[in-house]
Amino acid sequence: MYSVLANLKPGERGHVAAVDWDRISVPEGRRLRELGLVEGANIELLHRGSLFLKDPLAVRVGRTTIVIRLAHAAAISIAEGSAA
Amino acid sequence: MTSAMPMIAFVGNPNSGKSSLFNALTGARQKIGNYPGVTVERKSGRAVLSDGRPLEMVDLPGSYSLTPSSPDEEVTRAVVTGHQQGERRLDAMVIVVDASNLEQHLPFALELIEVGTPVVVALNMIDMATRDGLTLDAAQLSAELGVPVVPTVAVRGRGIIELIAAIETLFDGSPHPIVEPAEHGPDVDRQLRSRAQRIARATTIGEPPERRWTQRLDAVLLHPVLGFAILLAILFVMFQAVFAWSATPADAIDVGLGNLGAYLGDAMPDNWLRSMVVDGIIAGVGAVVVFLPQILVLFLFILVLEATGYLTRAAFLMDGIMAKVGLSGRGFIPLLSSFACAIPGIMATRAIADPKDRLTTILIAPLMTCSARLPVYAIIIAAFIPARSVGPGIGLQGLVLFTLYLSGIVGALVVAFVLRHTVTKGASAGLIMEMPRYQWPRLADVALGLWQRAWIFLKRAGTIIFFSTMILWALLSFPKPPAGSDVSPVRYSLAGRIADNLVAPVVEPIGFNKDIALALIPAMAAREVAVSALGTVYAIEAGDDDEEAARALGPKLAADWSLATALAFLAWFVFAPQCISTIAVTRRETNSWRWPALMVAYLFALAYLFTGVTYWAATALGLG
Ligand SMILES: Nc1nc2c(ncn2[C@@H]2O[C@H](COP(=O)(O)OP(=O)(O)OP(=O)(O)O)[C@@H](O)[C@H]2O)c(=O)[nH]1
Ligand SMILES: [Mg+2]
Repeated sequence: MYSVLANLKPGERGHVAAVDWDRISVPEGRRLRELGLVEGANIELLHRGSLFLKDPLAVRVGRTTIVIRLAHAAAISIAEGSAA
Repeated sequence: MTSAMPMIAFVGNPNSGKSSLFNALTGARQKIGNYPGVTVERKSGRAVLSDGRPLEMVDLPGSYSLTPSSPDEEVTRAVVTGHQQGERRLDAMVIVVDASNLEQHLPFALELIEVGTPVVVALNMIDMATRDGLTLDAAQLSAELGVPVVPTVAVRGRGIIELIAAIETLFDGSPHPIVEPAEHGPDVDRQLRSRAQRIARATTIGEPPERRWTQRLDAVLLHPVLGFAILLAILFVMFQAVFAWSATPADAIDVGLGNLGAYLGDAMPDNWLRSMVVDGIIAGVGAVVVFLPQILVLFLFILVLEATGYLTRAAFLMDGIMAKVGLSGRGFIPLLSSFACAIPGIMATRAIADPKDRLTTILIAPLMTCSARLPVYAIIIAAFIPARSVGPGIGLQGLVLFTLYLSGIVGALVVAFVLRHTVTKGASAGLIMEMPRYQWPRLADVALGLWQRAWIFLKRAGTIIFFSTMILWALLSFPKPPAGSDVSPVRYSLAGRIADNLVAPVVEPIGFNKDIALALIPAMAAREVAVSALGTVYAIEAGDDDEEAARALGPKLAADWSLATALAFLAWFVFAPQCISTIAVTRRETNSWRWPALMVAYLFALAYLFTGVTYWAATALGLG
């Protein structure tokens, strides 16, 4: 089952199936990759925003926790289960 | 072989412990903090090799690759590739990696090794890896990378001697051509990462569930409602503590200075020198020094927050709100350090990638209540706001202080919103940030930080505040009114006449009296000078009337000013850009006079407006 990172609920896990890099600016895309958000990375959604706002997201990528905004998370497709 | 001192640099991912290692090796006191982007400038220091040869070491801002995304990372690239203006090429590099997060730190290490400069890898934070249940094989890592690897624990000084020894072996005297690193596309990034992953797996034994403590704490601290409430509570307690914890030492300093002034007043012959010492130095500079305990309490909170790793959580919680005004949560960290002082805050914006986001953050940084405002706020609050309790554990004075800080924050958000729709218009910036694990604050680091702050504060009191007060004292003391005249010496003096004729007409409509008008001019140099200036004005005005002169500044203000005027004075300092250094650093960081000019103009306009509104409202409510 595929979903996008932006729609995950806290606690849901999976791995990055595809990233639509065209929807992300070049430097921001590079920064995401540098932080390990690449195709095949195992992820878990940890937290979503505060108060009534659901932005940004805290995502565990490998052994790191990173913060990204919904706009970017919408470009990242997630598949269930961990990558080989 | 050159005879010049060899030069090496510390390079690596943000928050890997470069500055901690640099401090351990050179004895320097670079700022350490548990969030990415603490170091934003290159900083050099010296160490000695085992044979006594000196060695120049450079601490660099953390970076994720050699393709810079923000101004601080540009510095790192320039130094690594030898393009830094006026700087020699590096003879070697120490690549600092976090042992408990190799997969994340090795891609940059691999890229750095390819540059061709001799390197040694410091496998830092071994203690954290052990705590997480990881065992690392340094020899295996060294074999995989083809460079020496030294395990270290920077904060305990472990592995330092071995690191020096490893550095020594790198100077073989042969020249090293630099391979200019290319910008990475997705493919190269993926390759680097899969290599890093393979090496990390080959050298790490045991991979337990990660960071259990951090995740448990985050479940509470990042909870959408509870977490936000905790953030507000922390800030609230901080401002309560500024008054509650500092009362006793502040009173002691106050009494001590009062006694000193009285003693010198009696002991010295009645001449201009006595007036300068008692009215200028003790009444003026002393009025500011009294606030040292309050400043230290404030810094205690800021330092502990920086050291634990909570700051990035605060940024996470605030990002939703900051996004609404066009800022990123990344701006929260520079803005929070602006509570200490806008200058390091403005410098910290170098870690913000988006130029417009960064510029907006710089322009609103002076609205964060810096510690120089604390003496101004504290003296007025102490004089006019009763030390009453308005609820369990909630003092009215702390509440008023909290409101003043809040006014600055709300003002900043509104201004940011306006700026982002006008002069710094542009696509909304994203937020991509790493969240470090929590760490216990190290007592030695916090103590050192406090000591440094106390020193900076006292140095300011001894220099900029001292000199502004001395100049003001001279301008207030001369010319003297003719004998028998009933004009007050202050009003007759040069400073009094300038203030009364030029400044007072402008500020009287917003509720300021002539003494405030007088204090505002020297306070352009630094905000605390407003307090020392008032101290001097009232001391000179009291003249030989001993009883009057012996009274501390606070009670004098309470007797002379209306509550409406006092509130107006507070409102003024929420906004007014009374700090030359902030203006200068804005000019430097934005590389133009345009932005500091805009900053000063909009801040003065807001200050005037809000002071007026406060005064008129208070007068209408019968507080005049
Ligand atoms: N447990 C542990 N903590 C460490 C070690 N080295 C550094 N730290 C902590 O890690 C955090 C980051 O250290 P810094 O020295 O500021 O890191 P940096 O690489 O200079 O970071 P930037 O300047 O932001 O790039 C601080 O909280 C340090 O106390 C270590 O060996 N063990
Ligand atoms: Mg550093």
